Amino acid sequence: MIKGIFYFLIFPGFLFTAAMGCLSGWFDRKLTARIHWRVGPPWYQNFVDFLKLLGKEIIVPADSMRGLFLFAPVTAVIGATLLSVVLWQPNLRTDSGFLGDLIVAIYLSMIPALALIIGGMASRNPLASLGASREMKLMLAYELPFIVSIATVIIKNGYTIRLYEMVQHQAAHGAIIGSPSGFIAFIVALLCMQAKLGLVPFDIAEAETEIMGGPLVEYSGAPLGFFRLSKLMMLFAMPVFLITVFWGGIAPGALGAAVGLGKLLVILLVAVLIKNTNPRLRIDQALRFFWGPVTVLAVISILLTLAGL
Amino acid sequence: MSKKIIPVGPYHPLQEEPEFFQLHVDGERVVDIDIIIGYNHRGIEKLCEMRTFDQVVFVVERICGICSISHPSASVNCIEDCARVTAPLRAQYIRMIIAELERIHSHMLWLGLAGHFIGYNTVFMWAWKYREIVLDIFERITGNRQSYAMFKPGGIRRDIKKEEVPKIINELGELERSLEMFRGAVLDDPVLHARLKGVGILTREDVITFSAVGPTARASGVAIDVRKDDPYFAYDKVDFDMIVTENGDVFDKVIVRVLEMFESVRIIKQGLTGMPDGPYDTPLKDMPPGEGVGRAEAPRGEVYHYLRSDGSNTPARYKVRAPSFMNVATNAVSAVGQSIADATLTLAAVDPCYCCTERMQAVDYKTRKKVYNWSDLVRLSQEKTQQLKKKF
Repeated sequence: MIKGIFYFLIFPGFLFTAAMGCLSGWFDRKLTARIHWRVGPPWYQNFVDFLKLLGKEIIVPADSMRGLFLFAPVTAVIGATLLSVVLWQPNLRTDSGFLGDLIVAIYLSMIPALALIIGGMASRNPLASLGASREMKLMLAYELPFIVSIATVIIKNGYTIRLYEMVQHQAAHGAIIGSPSGFIAFIVALLCMQAKLGLVPFDIAEAETEIMGGPLVEYSGAPLGFFRLSKLMMLFAMPVFLITVFWGGIAPGALGAAVGLGKLLVILLVAVLIKNTNPRLRIDQALRFFWGPVTVLAVISILLTLAGL
Repeated sequence: MSKKIIPVGPYHPLQEEPEFFQLHVDGERVVDIDIIIGYNHRGIEKLCEMRTFDQVVFVVERICGICSISHPSASVNCIEDCARVTAPLRAQYIRMIIAELERIHSHMLWLGLAGHFIGYNTVFMWAWKYREIVLDIFERITGNRQSYAMFKPGGIRRDIKKEEVPKIINELGELERSLEMFRGAVLDDPVLHARLKGVGILTREDVITFSAVGPTARASGVAIDVRKDDPYFAYDKVDFDMIVTENGDVFDKVIVRVLEMFESVRIIKQGLTGMPDGPYDTPLKDMPPGEGVGRAEAPRGEVYHYLRSDGSNTPARYKVRAPSFMNVATNAVSAVGQSIADATLTLAAVDPCYCCTERMQAVDYKTRKKVYNWSDLVRLSQEKTQQLKKKF
């Protein structure tokens, strides 16, 4: 019981994911700032940003559905926490997880986006509902290639849908990313991650200069802080997800942790570089992009896998 | 989906000035647009009528912070036209150099903002970084980064020193390299092409109907440029091309502005080398009664100033028409039918400047009716002129 609470609240659950998320977010902000010829914030910036938002007044719009409006950000944080817990079990080799935890992880990774949609709709602001509808379309767009790319992994790992076995299989036979088909699937998943995290060019749902933050437009104070925190947590959890299923997971021990950190930084680096070298796409272009070339790539990777490459 | 109104303004991250676009949307498509301005009216024309002619140039310099030399350009043209004097040639050359430097920094600023509007913040930061080169040149030759206070009726206030010239030409070379980079980045980026081409098309006919000016008109194939059509300063003594493109979409508006910066560099280089020696100021003795008209090509298009003098040391009437006044109205055709994502881009693509554009309208807040119609305004204006005539 105590162990369970520790697991969910401290490590590798809420506190650890939140702290690592804030640091990943700092890496993103600092690197972006350097690319922009700016100085960038100190490492604790995201922590104090969150603490500051906790202390601000919470304004709930009069027309909104109060319960849902306040419930959505908490859901987003819980989703990100659970995703992290499920992902870290195989990586810490503490527990062999359960059959189908890969599927659960995929579902959990959608929850922050769903919470954003619910929160945006609940606020009854036209800009927010516009942002929510864009987020919905974006989800439809990226989930298809994402799941197809995960299918490649499932086939390559000997038709297993248990994360623990995936990590073990990769430890024995080499990381999936090493093979041509696995690499293609990894690229596809990386692009989908970019959209899942709402980074440019797929920050269509928030589009500050068009719809002023979309679903977040009515949020203030602690709920806004929780949404921001859930985004930061996902910025850590999604790369860990990709590392676990594509890149051999994170081995226990100091060396394993260091290598894992290196992998995390590489994935973040790619994401930040994509973010800073592209303009925002239109929602129809994003949809066409994901259902067109990206899905085709994902299918090619499956065909290559079946051909044994 | 039901019809909704998406507000862009009065305070919106898209634009840094107060303005209000009501986008009537059907789903994501804009079906109608209301353009509402008037949040920032400062009564500049009235202020000008209470100042001496020297001070007028200062006042109009405060109309706009970005193109703070275009209004003084039109203003000195206008005052000199009324006073029947011509500034010395050296002053004309230096005025031209400053006006072109300002065109570069204004276009750079817009390019950065345009990058920000489409979520491309790297372009935003880089454009503003390279814009610093221009601002540094400004600081050295005029003493200010903005609001230079260089122009006065009859000449300019500060000369450009001989030893400055090679330094400026050197820095312009650096600027040109950064401009090359931006040109490459715009022309070769497939995502930018996908995002900007065919968006917010303004046809040639619409440009003529709305009397649009400047890069907005030139991007739609209308070759209109005061520097060529009615050369002022020393523009008839330098060689440059008018950049005209045909498509009228946002992409062409970017291209026109980027290429215009190269032309500006050309003009400045020719100006610096071809500048004659001699005086740079002629004293303005007195102002005869009469009228004066001044035009200048601002970075956003033609600025038009009109002045009526009654022989006193202040204008009896001063009238300003800024280019955004016509350009903003074109949004009524170019933004309709677009998706919201494209409409916001289109709104920003005319490089609007609301401070220049502001007009006032008195509306009864309860009945929502205009308090003054045209004949009321004419009557009010005549009465006020009579009063002022008696007073002075």
